[in-house]
Amino acid sequence: MTALSMPEPALIPEAELAAIRADFPILQRQVRGGVPLVYLDSGATTQRPTPVLHAMEDFATGRNAAVHRGAHALAEEATEDYEEARGDIARFVGARPEEIVFTSGTTGAINLLVSSLDAASTGRGGPAAWQFALTRGDRIVVTQAEHHSNLVPWQELAARSGAELAWLRVGPDGRLRLDDLSQVVTAHTKVVAFTHASNVTGAVTDVATVVAAAKGVGALTVLDAAQTAGHMPVDLPGLGVDFAAFSGHKTLGPHGVGALYGRLDLLEVLPPGFYGGSMVEIVTMTEATFQPPPTRFEAGTQPVTEVIGWAAAVRYLSEIGMARVEAHEAALTARLLAGVAGVPGVRLLGPPGIDGRLGCVAVEFDGVHPHDAGQYLDSLGFAVRVGHHCAQPVHRALGTHTSTRATLGVYNTPAEVDAYAAALATVRPYFGVGE
Amino acid sequence: MGVGGFGAGLGSMEQLYQQLILDHSRRPHGKGLLEAFDGESFQVNPTCGDQVRLRVTLAPDGARLATLGWDGQGCSISQASISVMNDLVAGLALPEVAALGEAFGLLMHSRGRGVPDQVADSLGDAIAFEGVSQYPMRVKCALLGWMALKDAVAKAAAGDSSPAHVPEGI
Repeated sequence: MTALSMPEPALIPEAELAAIRADFPILQRQVRGGVPLVYLDSGATTQRPTPVLHAMEDFATGRNAAVHRGAHALAEEATEDYEEARGDIARFVGARPEEIVFTSGTTGAINLLVSSLDAASTGRGGPAAWQFALTRGDRIVVTQAEHHSNLVPWQELAARSGAELAWLRVGPDGRLRLDDLSQVVTAHTKVVAFTHASNVTGAVTDVATVVAAAKGVGALTVLDAAQTAGHMPVDLPGLGVDFAAFSGHKTLGPHGVGALYGRLDLLEVLPPGFYGGSMVEIVTMTEATFQPPPTRFEAGTQPVTEVIGWAAAVRYLSEIGMARVEAHEAALTARLLAGVAGVPGVRLLGPPGIDGRLGCVAVEFDGVHPHDAGQYLDSLGFAVRVGHHCAQPVHRALGTHTSTRATLGVYNTPAEVDAYAAALATVRPYFGVGE
Repeated sequence: MGVGGFGAGLGSMEQLYQQLILDHSRRPHGKGLLEAFDGESFQVNPTCGDQVRLRVTLAPDGARLATLGWDGQGCSISQASISVMNDLVAGLALPEVAALGEAFGLLMHSRGRGVPDQVADSLGDAIAFEGVSQYPMRVKCALLGWMALKDAVAKAAAGDSSPAHVPEGI
């Protein structure tokens, strides 16, 4: 296994962590009649620091206008802010600004790409786009670890194009079985879409190995970086993927915004899959010519305020330093995994150690359904996710249907993690199981 | 920093997890599929993936619910709710089954404000689920079996005894 090493786990010093937490007023909340909130659901959505909200307020109250249209002062300032934000997001993932297409989120990004590939499959984009065309006999490869947002769009594209859908399986430790790559990624494979990290097992994918297999057969690679972008340094060009998707609301930013990253030479010849104003050059009654990327893929009015907020969020993370965010969460994860290991009747879904693993810790209780466990934990103030977390196949692959999942963020403390581990031990006794 | 305290949160937990609910969830009634059936339904709770497959038979005159049997997996609220429902509806005339389902729906959407006495009285043991109405995210759990019953009865009444659609690979 390559590319799976973790930095030395290291907590952010107490005073600095307290200052970070002070930027997130929601963390001071009490819930359910007066218990302090312990927010352990950052894998679903991260909380937002005040600089994000201030940036959005400043924009909305001082510079708001539609971007890339109009020539008045506000339109100019808003366009400038929007493009600067694109630069911030691009830097955050090591990309060039033109390689970042704003979307409504990770789901929006993957659907946008699928629509474009579908358009190419019907001949749109001309000969330069033939490399994207899918047809009967081709293969699309996904994995059992995918969130539904990186699975269902590919099922649909396979159904429309006649391509076959194949997948890499997940092993009992929750990791992808990369030994199967040579059997699954065949010469007919045109697309390999895979997650950077499972939102259930926390297992981080060895991207280099998957990319090498895909490149070996000339397939496009599509990375779902929704779970990783806010929790570890991510250098998309360095990872060698062709496309990637990630979200604002999982990187301390607002809901409703995300990005599709695409290698510029590919975006330049990829036809659009979503059409309207702003993405065109000349429009007659019968046809239109399209702008260069990224504008070609940004039809209609964009969520400019959210883009501005998201840029403030990634600047906030970059100021802390993504390597330090990763090291802090690794230290918390090590504590949590050690705590979980000591609780009788609890099964961990995913790797037991912190190497190549995010702070995403899903467990199954022997004899207690996750909804019941989650309700009890909620009554103690712990906000955890229960259910299938939009990833039914990976649960099935691990022999279950649902789990109780805690996901960490940069603002979580060792005390919170210890309290949660202690609370886990009280779940089965509360429901009269295993006494 | 004080975290993970025991506050008022546990009080409404006890209203939610009444003893009757815990008892039914541990030993649910009516569990096991009927071999022959007049109507079948398969329902899932999209939030958690919980599922129930429920089959009913009607009395020979077609006017009453004769038997029901179900299989499925879910949280204690969903399992207990199906179990209590099983005890309440067997042998009832179809309009009575429908009325009971509507009364239970009212209770679930009452947001803890209570329901009129006559509705409460009609619900028998199912009134134990009143605490669920204070947790909007759990209402679907309690309604899962009732939705399956409504669907299976409607199919049976329409003479549609085809198997319910269950996705491949589930």
